Amino acid sequence: MALQARYEDVPLETKQHLFDQVKADARFDSYLYGCYECGICVAACPSARFYDFSPRKIAQAAGRQDLPMFYEQLNDDIWNCSQCFSCTRCPRGNNPGGLITIMREVAINNGLSSAKHALEGYGRVVYKIMSTGTQVSPDMLQPNAFPDWGPHVQEISDNLELWRRALPPDTLHTTSTAWEVDDRTLTELYLIWHMTGVLDMIKSVDMGLHMILNDVMEELLDEAGYTAD
Amino acid sequence: MPIPLTVLENRRDARDDRGPATPPTEDVRERVFELEAKGEWLVQRVPDPWIGVTTKYGRTKKIPVARTWHHKSCGQCGHIPGYSTSIFWLIRKLGLDYNDPKDQTSCTAWNYYASATSNQGAQAAVAMRNFGAAYESGYFPMIHCGTSYGHYKEVREELVHSAELRDEVRRICDKLGKPFVMPEEIVHYSEWVYAMRDEFAKRQVLDLSGIDVTVHPACHYHKLVVEDAIYDPDVYGGQRTAVVSAVVTALGANVKDYSTWFDCCGFGFRHILVQRDFTRSFATLRKIEVMQEEANPDVVLTHDTGCVTTLDQSQFAARAHDRKVGVPVMSEAQFAALAMGAHPYRVAQLHWHNTEYRPLLEKMGIDWRERWREFEDDLERLKGNDKTFLTWEDADA
Repeated sequence: MALQARYEDVPLETKQHLFDQVKADARFDSYLYGCYECGICVAACPSARFYDFSPRKIAQAAGRQDLPMFYEQLNDDIWNCSQCFSCTRCPRGNNPGGLITIMREVAINNGLSSAKHALEGYGRVVYKIMSTGTQVSPDMLQPNAFPDWGPHVQEISDNLELWRRALPPDTLHTTSTAWEVDDRTLTELYLIWHMTGVLDMIKSVDMGLHMILNDVMEELLDEAGYTAD
Repeated sequence: MPIPLTVLENRRDARDDRGPATPPTEDVRERVFELEAKGEWLVQRVPDPWIGVTTKYGRTKKIPVARTWHHKSCGQCGHIPGYSTSIFWLIRKLGLDYNDPKDQTSCTAWNYYASATSNQGAQAAVAMRNFGAAYESGYFPMIHCGTSYGHYKEVREELVHSAELRDEVRRICDKLGKPFVMPEEIVHYSEWVYAMRDEFAKRQVLDLSGIDVTVHPACHYHKLVVEDAIYDPDVYGGQRTAVVSAVVTALGANVKDYSTWFDCCGFGFRHILVQRDFTRSFATLRKIEVMQEEANPDVVLTHDTGCVTTLDQSQFAARAHDRKVGVPVMSEAQFAALAMGAHPYRVAQLHWHNTEYRPLLEKMGIDWRERWREFEDDLERLKGNDKTFLTWEDADA
């Protein structure tokens, strides 16, 4: 199918509405200053080497307000970005990786099906970081989760509890979190998620995850006497 | 949209006004203090004593020697715990005071860069909650993760330039009962390791003159808010960040150059968790193989969570394709600890690493068989419940 043709049926108003949300982000103006078309960002970009992906096109579509191209990128490109920010080598001062951060937020806030698809299999990680305050945990090291890392992962999994006890720092004797986070701190984190609308973002892409997180958080917040307003 | 075509000219004019030797960017720390003077927030000062280091545009950055509050890293603590343990061991070896807190959360930026299931306000609130916790403890934040460090610098910029964001986050901190406080400097642990490298060299017990090292500079250390990273004219003519490389040199090992040093490791944030075909390909084809062909290193050293994980774990599957892999990977903190006599399993915890590291230990003069036997004895004692946990005293026994 020709470039952008698969999104021809999407009304221009929808594309404009989404673009306006990206442009309204406070960071937008400091991430885009025009484009020389020099391609330095593409040369530095790891994703450009393995995907049909170009940070130069991201900057150009945003600069030109090219709505069909923007919409295509919002659905097909942004999840390929590595978010390494090598593209900030731009001599013009652009930050295509930063534009993509904003575009991803807009994709999530609007519950785009492409965003839901990109996050398939990722829900357990969102659950981990939002509910425990640490992104990855020792007990995630299971052979079925990391088969490409070899039998070494099985060895860690088999010895996990014992090997964690063999760590001198007191905070690291955990298996379900990266380190020990106290309950009060966790309660404060939950309050942040509530007060900043992050739980609503989760709701727009994964209703089931939202319900589980809400249950976990409400209990601790209630116990601590907080109301999330 | 109107494109500001005069942006470069304006920057040049501004630089000319300040003089040709002045940095091309503002010193955000001045703005941080201005906001303190206006009563907008508190600024936590770097405690004495501190060491002055030079950043990208020649400014001096204060690195605290001691009384540091350790903002730990999810990936380090969770999957490569010898990384965090080695940082603490180095501090303890120098007899310095530190705080390993339980009232710290992740910066949550790994998730933010992977899934975008967060927003500016939440990210800034998480940062300021952690900074508030550090301030309450009386210890100064030292950040273990490169992404946390880079992201917190972004957050600082955003808070400095947006009164609206400051108001939002201040309200949240008030609700949490946390002080609204910004540290005077945002400090990465590898900056402390850089600043203390001569102290490590004085205490070194191994001869590393035969060890060749390639260095991978972490993207979120030197590509996010670039002016805050350490540069040194004696390291690559000041054209690359000096952290890690200067430590290798101070310890008497050999830094070997390779052409793809600027490339990322392939971590990709979401890719390492749910799209590792990309991660494995990039890590092995653009990093490890290039290092092998151009420098033939004994070890790859880096200074961030994701880089150690990616470069180490990605090599296993590449063996099935007969790729030229097989170089051990660790942090410079683990390497420095080993140089100072740290136990490879009790402290550096190398059994959590994937790529074969034993030939490296032999070359460094470490009897890994004997050290593993000692560690197995530790495990037996733990199994038999003679001990609940391995202690710092055990680590140095």
